[in-house]
Amino acid sequence: MTQTAQTAEPDFEVIVIGAGIAGCVAAYQLARQGRSVLLIERGETPGSKNLSGGVLYSRGMQQVFPGFCTEAPVERRITRNYVSFLNADSSVAIDYKDARLADPVNAVTVLRAKLDAWLSERCEEAGAMIMPGVRVDRVLTEGGRVVGVQAGDDELRAHVVVAADGVNSFIAKEAGLRQKEPLKDLAVGVKSVISLPRETIEERFNLTGDEGAALAVVGDCTQGVGGGGFLYTNLDSLSVGIVVRLDDLTAKQKVVTDIFDHFLAHRFIAPYLEGGEVLEYGCHLVAEGGLHMVGEIVMDGMVVVGDAAGLTLNTGLTVRGMDLAVGSAVAAAEAIGDALDRKDTSKAALGSYRDKLFASYVGQDMKTYAKAPHFLEAERMYRQYGELLASVMYGTFNLDTQPRRHLLKVARQSLARSPLKMRQLVRDGIAGARAL
Amino acid sequence: MKPLSVPERLTKNRFILDEEQSHIEVNQEIAKATGTGKLLVACCPAHVYTEEADGTISVEYAACLECGTCLAIAAPGALKWHYPRGGFGVQFREG
Repeated sequence: MTQTAQTAEPDFEVIVIGAGIAGCVAAYQLARQGRSVLLIERGETPGSKNLSGGVLYSRGMQQVFPGFCTEAPVERRITRNYVSFLNADSSVAIDYKDARLADPVNAVTVLRAKLDAWLSERCEEAGAMIMPGVRVDRVLTEGGRVVGVQAGDDELRAHVVVAADGVNSFIAKEAGLRQKEPLKDLAVGVKSVISLPRETIEERFNLTGDEGAALAVVGDCTQGVGGGGFLYTNLDSLSVGIVVRLDDLTAKQKVVTDIFDHFLAHRFIAPYLEGGEVLEYGCHLVAEGGLHMVGEIVMDGMVVVGDAAGLTLNTGLTVRGMDLAVGSAVAAAEAIGDALDRKDTSKAALGSYRDKLFASYVGQDMKTYAKAPHFLEAERMYRQYGELLASVMYGTFNLDTQPRRHLLKVARQSLARSPLKMRQLVRDGIAGARAL
Repeated sequence: MKPLSVPERLTKNRFILDEEQSHIEVNQEIAKATGTGKLLVACCPAHVYTEEADGTISVEYAACLECGTCLAIAAPGALKWHYPRGGFGVQFREG
């Protein structure tokens, strides 16, 4: 490859590392601006290293690809959100169904190996060059400025490098933009994709056509470890898994696969999976730190997008990452375009990425939910609250021929029996209202 | 649904094995002294790490799903882990 000096013409205007959602959207937007773009992917094909739980809030993606929900390989339109506290023998849930969520489409289930392959085809169509099967080992720097990438013996140079290399972001870490994260800010997701006939899925989840359901559960599903379980409907398969916080997993000395097995075998989960065949097994690290994990995302000659920038959000009800990846890529592509036009790709010139990011839904939502991670760290969310709720419901529905008491009395008695204290309830209520 | 063991689940995946080099290296002394060894065994969803009878940690790098959990929980110096070389390792067909 060419060994041009910083002032000479580089091989590409922009090199994007990683063909996930953030990388593909950034490459696509830049190629559409007419920039010369190289998208490097370490997987054999784009999408082959990529995995998510499976729900993509799709409005941002539709702004990039207006026909996204009909043309892209998406699975089901989510019209049913089922959120539950799951105990060993009881479960208390909110089951929210809404036809409005289908039109316009709000969220879809996706399988990333399929979706990201499609996205990279759009990049290629728009004029980007795709280089799969290549691992970027490090960024090339000159005088503290990123000037390209090194992959094996090859050096490739660009005015701007986009680090879209995912949650582990070796690139951002090596460049000094990210530190090793504390364990309380990281979780591991473990999932299986399980095949089932379309009709069986539609019957079991009470769905018609391409409507889909997203189940999110906390409590016994993770054996009390901070985190939760999920079960999402694809067209003819289910994505089922757990996400557990690493600080709590290690402190409680649990085996992560035992928790996963426990969830799949749970009396309220197993019936959904009955008769299914495992198609694939995977896992993924998840950034859970929220706003404070978004550190430096711009330096001379480089920006960081998507998971690599720590852009994930757990609000207790919605769990987001892919839509934030889209938003960050759109903001980065705009900023890079402006910087290339001005022939200045310094940190100061690329800094408008950060401004655009925080002016968009991505940064705004990260700020809105800044207190959510701390709130969701509380141990009682994952055990006592579910048991308390079930105890109140049991006291209400279990008509054991004893004289009935008013609901408030049942609730008070349940609370008295629970390890939870009234003042914790009040404090969590206020904190929750502020954080979520 | 019949519960599958982790190795059984892994057979459903497509892997391209890099026969020339492992992308994982455990420093046995540090892993033992810091307790990292036991954490690796407990936290890896692919059961890449196994504690042997003599207390050392063996590594089945071919099964790695490349999540990075091991690196996140390892004490400094206990583990060298990076992604496999380009084109090698797990290749998801679903994701």
